[in-house]
Amino acid sequence: MQLLRSIGQIIVRPTAAVAVALLVGGILLIFAGYSPLTAYGVMWKGAFGSMNNIAETLLKSTPLILIGSGLAVAFRSGIWNIGAEGQLYAGAVAATLAGIIFTGLPAFILVPVVLVAGALSGALWGGLAGFLKVRFGASEIVTTIMLNFLAIIATSFLVTGPMIEEVGKFPQTAQIAEAAHLPRILVPTRLHVGFLLSLGVAAVTYLLLFKSSRGYALRTVGISPDAARYAGINVGRGLLAAMAISGGAAGLAGAVEVSGLTFRLYQGISPGYGFDGIAVALLANNNPIGVIFTGILFGALRSGSEVMQMNAQVPSVLVSVIQGVVLLSAAAFGVFKITITNKQNEE
Amino acid sequence: MEPLAIITFLAAVLAATWRLATPFIFTSLGEVFSERAGVLNIGLEGVMLIGAFTAFAVTFFTGNPVWGLVAAMTGGLTCGLLFALLTVSLKANQIVVGAAFNLVGLGLTSFLYRSVFSGRMETAREYHSFSPIEIPLLSRLPFFGEILFRQNIMVYATPFVVLAGAFLLYRTAFGLSVRSTGEHPRTVDSAGLRVGVIRYASVLIGCALAAVGGAYLTVAHTNQFNEGITSGRGFIALAVVVIGRWSPWGAFFVSLLFGFFYALQLRLQAVSGITIPYQFLQALPYLLTLVVFVTLRKRAAPPSALGVPYKSS
Amino acid sequence: MSETIIKLENMVKTFSGTVANRGVSLEIRKGEIHCLLGENGAGKTVLMSIVYGLYQPDSGRIIYRGEPIVLRSPKDAIKRGIGMVHQHFMLVPTLTVSENIILGQYPPWKILRQMDKVETRIEKLSREFGLKIDPKAPVHRLSVGEQQRVEILKALYQGVDLLILDEPTAVLTPQESAALLHFLKEMAGRGLTVIFITHKLEEVMQVSDRVTVLRDGRKVETVDTAEVNPRKLANLMVGREVLLEQPPKTGAEGEEVLSVKDLSIDDERGLPAVKGVSFSVKSGEIVGIAGVSGNGQSELALGLTGLASIASGEFRLCGKIANDLTPRELSHLGLAHVPEDRHKMGVVLPFSIAENFILHDFDSPPFAKNGFLRTGTITAHANEMVGRYDVRLSGVEQQIAQLSGGNQQKVVIARELHRNPRLLLVNEPTRGIDIGATEFVRRQIAAQRDTGSAVLLISSDLEELFALSDRLLIFYEGRIVGETPARKELIEEIGLLMAGKSMETNSVTK
Repeated sequence: MQLLRSIGQIIVRPTAAVAVALLVGGILLIFAGYSPLTAYGVMWKGAFGSMNNIAETLLKSTPLILIGSGLAVAFRSGIWNIGAEGQLYAGAVAATLAGIIFTGLPAFILVPVVLVAGALSGALWGGLAGFLKVRFGASEIVTTIMLNFLAIIATSFLVTGPMIEEVGKFPQTAQIAEAAHLPRILVPTRLHVGFLLSLGVAAVTYLLLFKSSRGYALRTVGISPDAARYAGINVGRGLLAAMAISGGAAGLAGAVEVSGLTFRLYQGISPGYGFDGIAVALLANNNPIGVIFTGILFGALRSGSEVMQMNAQVPSVLVSVIQGVVLLSAAAFGVFKITITNKQNEE
Repeated sequence: MEPLAIITFLAAVLAATWRLATPFIFTSLGEVFSERAGVLNIGLEGVMLIGAFTAFAVTFFTGNPVWGLVAAMTGGLTCGLLFALLTVSLKANQIVVGAAFNLVGLGLTSFLYRSVFSGRMETAREYHSFSPIEIPLLSRLPFFGEILFRQNIMVYATPFVVLAGAFLLYRTAFGLSVRSTGEHPRTVDSAGLRVGVIRYASVLIGCALAAVGGAYLTVAHTNQFNEGITSGRGFIALAVVVIGRWSPWGAFFVSLLFGFFYALQLRLQAVSGITIPYQFLQALPYLLTLVVFVTLRKRAAPPSALGVPYKSS
Repeated sequence: MSETIIKLENMVKTFSGTVANRGVSLEIRKGEIHCLLGENGAGKTVLMSIVYGLYQPDSGRIIYRGEPIVLRSPKDAIKRGIGMVHQHFMLVPTLTVSENIILGQYPPWKILRQMDKVETRIEKLSREFGLKIDPKAPVHRLSVGEQQRVEILKALYQGVDLLILDEPTAVLTPQESAALLHFLKEMAGRGLTVIFITHKLEEVMQVSDRVTVLRDGRKVETVDTAEVNPRKLANLMVGREVLLEQPPKTGAEGEEVLSVKDLSIDDERGLPAVKGVSFSVKSGEIVGIAGVSGNGQSELALGLTGLASIASGEFRLCGKIANDLTPRELSHLGLAHVPEDRHKMGVVLPFSIAENFILHDFDSPPFAKNGFLRTGTITAHANEMVGRYDVRLSGVEQQIAQLSGGNQQKVVIARELHRNPRLLLVNEPTRGIDIGATEFVRRQIAAQRDTGSAVLLISSDLEELFALSDRLLIFYEGRIVGETPARKELIEEIGLLMAGKSMETNSVTK
């Protein structure tokens, strides 16, 4: 019974929200002179039409699931990490560095090293915002946004300056070592083991949040910092941990992009996964298992819209509108029961 | 640099300061109202973009930036209505709705720009934006002439708009109710006022001004639109409100400070002979925001009911 | 006597399933002081909120000055001369007195240029009615008594004919209460009609002309005050003979469990709240802390439980210096704490009842193993506890938010007493809960004392302190200004101490 109700919550309302969003997108398409049926048809085929399309969809879902799982932890802990985009870049930079520097290592060592480097770097970048919050009471909403800008600018500096490839004049780094590449799991498509990793991370964060003592503590912090202190939980440490975990997941997403797909770093390596990830987590009501589904949904929208742009000449930015309207209608349907609970932490 | 060159450089930076501060001033002033009434709108970036695009499109077709500005305000009010409907009436989470506004703002304006204007771009008609008005005599003053008296009408308007905003907030019964609503909505309810109506009004003011702030970029600062033209200004405006301690004049002066960071960064990039990578200069405003924010944050207290939906019974 | 000013006919009001008023009819005469008496949850406040336009009744009619009226919002009520002073003040702390008073009085476009005119009018009013106040002072700087004056001035400024006061003396010292009652009598003499919500029998006897008793959302009876006595009223209110006395203490006092020396604690703004207090609590005794709320009691509780830092001095728990211990370390030393604000601290509202039972032990056996929660054990434990402590629920997986206040408090009490603490700190244990739960909670506290625990009881309810404590410490402005036996005959003296009027002869513990 409880299970049925929660399935209803996880599935029915978001589906209705998606329907509303597609409707709004359709009206927009008609307004701009496209046929919505054609466009959506192309989009659907683009997302799921063939093995390769499905693989591309899952490739786009991978960073979203990683980021969304991490953000679910942050949001449940009452800290509004808007900075996953920057944390992703921080992870990508570190992973690239590791992949370039440790070229001599065999794959079974190098791949973990690259991934851990990315996760750690993202955790630090996220943890910085957590530190500023706990130590100075600086609202994480503002600091993570600033840290986004800084990480993106820093990446731009690195790939045009210190880390630029030696041959060629493109603003990008050299390729990472072959041994740092993530193994493919569905040859001949590009789908790599990172997708399975994202499912694993979702499962682990789910267990952490809802089945472990640590998760109990984090959720208590998120709902009521006063009750958490009363229960003997260190609220500051909890917030810091939540920021580091969500930052680490985003950093891992950056590392997975580099070692699974791009094999090098350049500007704009993320088309905004960090921001989409916020929507992915919220739409799943901050439940990492739900994140798997919302992540694939948003991944499909993204990959489908790219094909739509190619084959139907409809600008792919339509996908942002659809994603935004999904969130808005989900909010209107009352999918999110969370409110801002972190007021008490702001001294 | 020579002393004279330094003065010229400084004058150029300061003149650009006010110009670059203007979108922050409008947007953050509006957000002061919204937050004072207890509604946090992190979707300012999206609203600014919608303002920027509407102003651009209408000016493009009518040739008159005044109509563009009117259209932007209409667009802003529409955004405000939707935002208030969701967050005030339906009590949806303000951060979720704000994040969605940013997605929709960016997506909608880029989509329309590409699909409506992409064909016309080869023959991109130039349109007239608000041009600088030189104040007779004063504009010829050395140094100050360039800084203060050769700006366009929207820049000149800022202190008056802020003055009006401060008057509204501190000297009218409406302002009193706004300030009370963000602090203690139940009291407002019990005094026979409608918390919802006051929040709607404040959110509408907030979004209308954010749209004007965005419009400034397309009908005064430049005469074109490009995707994501606001480039994060809506987020900076959020920080401005906090650092300016939720007061209209605070927002005005903090905006000027950020305008100065931007101007300095842009001007330094133009100076030849400086070998700092441009990204360092680019990072300057964000880095300074962070530093100022962290160091000043401690003494300010946000409205107590900020972000909390109000349930009347 | 005189004409009827307001008449309620068959008022019914339901909140998501729970009925607050089940058809109440009531007549109030012009110029009388009419008490509305009843326990917590009897429906007094809801009924009056309807009269003030805050709630709309499901059915029923209001007849005001002979005409049926509909009150859609407080604005309608205010326009007709109905004012209300709420139990929790409706004041904006950041605004000044005069800004608070004129809030909602003028149309939105009205320019507030002449605040000094407003201030003069307020000053005139405050002189006329003897309610001294500085109109320019920001409200958060005022004492509780002064804030209440602002509330009353607000009503007078609006020109009320009918003033409703909801438990106005709850936050006042006995002397302040007496002054307020005197003031209301005088106002009634000038033609003001007063409805006075209370659950204190003595106040009813002192101030009212007539009294209506509510129980369980129904009107029991309206009687002339002159024709009843407190015992009769108590019976009407509770519906049975009440046992006002608590069972006598059975155990003996033992060694010192808590000793506090020159302890100072700052409040959250960093201002001194507790200023060098010293006292001790022995096992087997209940020490009550009396005082008007806001005199440092909350900070004392937070400081002694590791939730606020100690500015200076020291306290020992079971002989160990405990100044810098965390809440968790203190609880391992044998401290249990029933916090003042149940919703903010005592329970996690969106959690299930079972989850709330493990708030302190979520990461230790038997509830956790290898870092994971053991759901079966947690559920079993919760089931056992709710049975033992008579918590009324439909299942332990239910959200605790769905329980009544009394049942929530039983969960807290059960959780804390189950630890069999050496020191039990209870802060306002029965605030806002029904009389059945109150009796239960008090009996549990007394029983815990009798098993040898030391109990520190903080309460703003003198009745409760007399019923439970073995001795009383009186707090005023962060200091202990007196120590007395917990005997009702001393109420006069205690009241004076609570008001800061220390007598030369009191025995200050040093």
